[in-house]
Amino acid sequence: MSGIAFHFGDSLINISRMSDFAAGWCESFTMKEAEPRPNRAAQFPFRHERVDFLKPSAMPNIQTQGTEEVHPDVLLVNRARQGDVQAYEKLVKQYDRQVFRIAQHITQNREDAEDVVQDAFLKAYEKLDQFQGNSKFYTWLVRIAVNESLMRLRKRRTGRMVSIDEDVETEEGSMPRDLADWGPDPEQQYGQSELADILRKTIHGLPPGFRTVFVLRDVEGLSTEETAEALGLSVPAVKSRLLRARLQLRERLSRYFRKNKRDGAK
Amino acid sequence: MTCTEFIAQLDDLLEDRVSATLRAELDEHLRTCEHCVITMSTTRKTIEIYRSHELYELPNDLRARLQKAILAKCKKC
Repeated sequence: MSGIAFHFGDSLINISRMSDFAAGWCESFTMKEAEPRPNRAAQFPFRHERVDFLKPSAMPNIQTQGTEEVHPDVLLVNRARQGDVQAYEKLVKQYDRQVFRIAQHITQNREDAEDVVQDAFLKAYEKLDQFQGNSKFYTWLVRIAVNESLMRLRKRRTGRMVSIDEDVETEEGSMPRDLADWGPDPEQQYGQSELADILRKTIHGLPPGFRTVFVLRDVEGLSTEETAEALGLSVPAVKSRLLRARLQLRERLSRYFRKNKRDGAK
Repeated sequence: MTCTEFIAQLDDLLEDRVSATLRAELDEHLRTCEHCVITMSTTRKTIEIYRSHELYELPNDLRARLQKAILAKCKKC
């Protein structure tokens, strides 16, 4: 199988020139997927070979693997690449809610999330020729959306670089400290609106690198391998960040959900 | 097994991806460690709460507007 690549256009390349972190991102765009599914877990990390994206030979058509079932998205992508906008409309309608949620979680800003939805789908459409059939379209789209979101977040922070690696080296969350147990139905202590505010506020308190991994894995349901692929991280890095994100969230939510003393908390 | 070793396996345990041998070791640790019992149960609840609450819904009118804008731009490509 020829090498595959994920390429996100000029805006991403610009970021890659601005910091060491982005060099890591940039490096991750030169990935090669070594083997077809189902043995995907064995492929990661798969930063093996640099690919020159500008060479036509580096961007082969979507391939199918013999009798391997072709994902319906791949069929829609093939039609869209031939100019069928209605086929692309189906992909937009299938994934716009997810992209919006991811963008909101990362940017924490409604307007930015709306812009990310538009820009991510447009950029994906423009780059359809670079999409490879041995990666899920949704994972590829999420990767674009995450990068667009991080760029928006950076702009909001007056130009300060924001990366998926930000604040992930802290020791917080590596070992739980709070022994407080929760009640059997902690959500019942709050109304729906108040609970939603608590959940939003709590997850927003996580560093972007933890927040994004948690959202992709636990909220959006991507596999560990897909999350790694979408974020340009290794599988061990995703696992490490997911564990720490979960533990930090748990500890922060304990402020709201811990049993009252009268309920018998020790 | 120490608490640190237990926590290192927590995600795999929550996702039921541990071998029978390892699970037995983890269960043995849980029998004697209230701290890890609470950590595991509340971490599981954390995940369940976030999975069951959609925090950012895309309203239908906004969704329609975004779809229209995206497709209009695509047609110009």
